[in-house]
Amino acid sequence: MAKPLNIIVCGSLVPDPLQTLEPVQTPQGPGLKNEQMLPSVLDPWAACALYEAANLAKQRAGSKVTLVALGPKAKLQQLMMTVAQKAPFQLVAVNAPAGGFTDARETAAELAKAIQAIPGLDLSATLLFGGCASASRDAGVTLQFVAETLGISEFFMGVDELKLADDDSFTVLERIEGGQYLSSTCAGFPAAIGWATGNLPEPPNNPQTGMMNMRGIMPALMKAPVANVGVGGIAYEKTEVPSAKRATVVKKDMAVDDIAKEIVEWIKG
Amino acid sequence: MDQGLRKHDMKIAAFTIDGNGTFAQDVPAFAAALAAAEADIILVPGTSRARRSLPAAALRAGAAIDTNVVAVAIDGEKATVQRWAYRQRILTTFSRAARPWVIVTDPALFPEICAKLGVAPAPIPPGPSAETRTTVNGVVAAGTGGESTIKPDSPLLFVAGAGWTKKQADGATHLDEAAATITGFLAKSGASLGSSKSLVDMPEAAKAFSFMSHMNQVGQTGATPRHAKGLSTCCHGEEPHVVGWRFVNDRRAVNLDANCGWAQGKADVLYVADAFAVMKKVNELLA
Repeated sequence: MAKPLNIIVCGSLVPDPLQTLEPVQTPQGPGLKNEQMLPSVLDPWAACALYEAANLAKQRAGSKVTLVALGPKAKLQQLMMTVAQKAPFQLVAVNAPAGGFTDARETAAELAKAIQAIPGLDLSATLLFGGCASASRDAGVTLQFVAETLGISEFFMGVDELKLADDDSFTVLERIEGGQYLSSTCAGFPAAIGWATGNLPEPPNNPQTGMMNMRGIMPALMKAPVANVGVGGIAYEKTEVPSAKRATVVKKDMAVDDIAKEIVEWIKG
Repeated sequence: MDQGLRKHDMKIAAFTIDGNGTFAQDVPAFAAALAAAEADIILVPGTSRARRSLPAAALRAGAAIDTNVVAVAIDGEKATVQRWAYRQRILTTFSRAARPWVIVTDPALFPEICAKLGVAPAPIPPGPSAETRTTVNGVVAAGTGGESTIKPDSPLLFVAGAGWTKKQADGATHLDEAAATITGFLAKSGASLGSSKSLVDMPEAAKAFSFMSHMNQVGQTGATPRHAKGLSTCCHGEEPHVVGWRFVNDRRAVNLDANCGWAQGKADVLYVADAFAVMKKVNELLA
């Protein structure tokens, strides 16, 4: 019989993608204007990782999903009000700045420390999940740093599919160049997976799951250790939003034939 | 940033990393190559293999690493790079004192950056063999439609939005007709197919548009392709999608909504029209 799964998902918050972002200088380095006030969402690729983890856990009774999130405690608490309703998980929180300007190596070191401190963790029987990159720093390096620090030697990047066999071997599809996948089979755990979008839709909110999760989330937030995460060795010279506004020409009431002709000329031109 | 090379005493190396590999085998090999290079700056293009294994290799080799770099300038002892944060929304310019510094560039910009810095790239040397529990099975195409619809080298990006699945004037959806129009255009124009998130997330689209998958998605949680021109159809041009168009300079859109996102300074030209009719006519003209 297949053993229960232990899946650790690394994921944190990012500003809601619909928000306008304006860089500002702070005493700690670059930041975002009104950063504390910006609505946050769970990092989209990390969210995919969480949903895939929950889906896998559902397939094996007794499985456990742990979300390890590094971010400002108050904002994490706010975020958990919605994320907790999506899937059953336990939270391990680290109270530290999270954003696009902090150093990935410092973030990864704190995440690895938090994972190693999980009581009773058997790393050899663990799957480590996360997004293939964040929507803030967008570096795509943090999960590899965590895997390397934890001694996990099997890692897959940009994964859209993971098929797990009863003997814990699994086959993954990783995104590679030219719209193709690299198919690989791993003989078992431990392994780390940097998820792309996967194939699952966002789960609907389930208030019962939310209430059950919040019983563990609130104490986890209360005891979240404070970590010093900053810009590390990066010396920022400039952070800017280049002007991207175009003078759009809106063409109404043009005949379909004329539009088609103009588009063809534009393509060929 | 004034990209290029001024007088300096730095040793710069550049490696290409192609093909496929496994993390367990590539990390020790790449770490050994980074150490053996004895360079201050090491340039590498961000191929899928490099992005998978190079960060851990850099950590193992005690090197700093930055990815998705779009410009590099070297002046004396100082190296400065540019990269985007927040998914192509904020452009950052920074330097690091740490050496060696592995700079992973956008793959499309790697030859240009190497040429400006006067570095000739070489394939990364193979390293010592290492044990792995992973077996590479091979490369498979995304989607079930046979030939890949993603063509990074095409000058044209064609984006299909969720509007292709909506009810038309007769009150019915026309998914087969939409699929034929889209694939017909791709075949005739040689364009690369992109999609909005809302379309690839639709179960009905997954069935009818088998030539498309999440790999085609452009935007916040998708790709940021580099094509000279982009044509968007049946897509509202919302910000999370349009951030993926950052490097597409010449943009046109066809949409029924004259107030859609494309009209708000995100496209050069917006045609307010029915994309079904327009693209059918375009296909006729391209025939």
